[in-house]
Amino acid sequence: MTHVLETAAQVPDHGPLADALKFRARLMDLTQASHDAALLPETPGGLDLPLRAVLAARMSRICRDEVLAAHYDGLAGDTPLAPLAQPDVRADDARLATILDYVDLVTRQPRDARPKTIDALRQAGVEEGDVVRLAGLVAFVNYQLRVAHVLRVMGASA
Amino acid sequence: MSRVIRKFTTRVPHWRPHVTPVDLDTANDEQRAALSETPSNTKISEYVLVLAHDPQALAARTPLFNGIMYDSGGLSREERELGAVAASFVNRCIYCAAVHASRYNQITKDETVMQKVFFDGPAADIDPRAKAILGFGAKLSDCPPDITAEDIETLRAQGLDDQEILDLTLSTALFGWANRLMHTLGEPVDKA
Repeated sequence: MTHVLETAAQVPDHGPLADALKFRARLMDLTQASHDAALLPETPGGLDLPLRAVLAARMSRICRDEVLAAHYDGLAGDTPLAPLAQPDVRADDARLATILDYVDLVTRQPRDARPKTIDALRQAGVEEGDVVRLAGLVAFVNYQLRVAHVLRVMGASA
Repeated sequence: MSRVIRKFTTRVPHWRPHVTPVDLDTANDEQRAALSETPSNTKISEYVLVLAHDPQALAARTPLFNGIMYDSGGLSREERELGAVAASFVNRCIYCAAVHASRYNQITKDETVMQKVFFDGPAADIDPRAKAILGFGAKLSDCPPDITAEDIETLRAQGLDDQEILDLTLSTALFGWANRLMHTLGEPVDKA
């Protein structure tokens, strides 16, 4: 099974880091399963697959990870939402604009989230199940970006 | 009326959801299966019932959470908790910080470390290895994360090998994930 995270981090095939990842192989499989649940879910609800991938690419760019950004651009494919993969691009549609506000705030400064952060999504017409799906997507991608970041630094300094 | 907790504490608050939890009595088969395992094997909480709105994600996340925090080998249990606390401090997730600081205290039988961490954050005057772990965890939790080869060397100089650095990275990043759920989908309140 090819894992998005280790591929994006360009982890060396041999050596102590490769051994450490092998020791945690089950956790890396579950990380990939979490990627698939967030980006390629069987029940996407009100967040379709291209939107999820575009948001993940946006978060990758906020975290300055061009490799994962390219992965998510590829996953998004040819979609009219593609411009939103750039962090400074806004949306005209109110629901989409509120989703982008959530993605940007919770990626950059999760400490500043408040009850109104969730209220805003609800008022913009995001139903409760989709609030949880969106929160899960943002939270997973931020986890993956951090693990990939460290693996890349470790691999390069081995 | 319960009061929102805004200061770091080792007294675990109640977590009040902003989203309606799934009703266990009417949960579907996929949701029930995803709820068959819980984080840290605690009872089915309102938090996991909120996450059960997305059972596919929850079914992968719970065993990943438990594996990162409890699987044997590599980094010690208390040092994984320290990574979790570092992330929760940066992200100001009062609930996660309380749970994992209190677990750290239970394992180490020493409450002074977490008192210093809650007061001074990464500048806390604690032993050099714990300070290196805390500092790495805090830096990794910033946005964008900016870990350098020098940061890895700082951990190696304190005796951490690649397995331990990987395990610390996983526990810290896992709490970047947990904080982004706990601190956005609900809030900590006192139990009154």
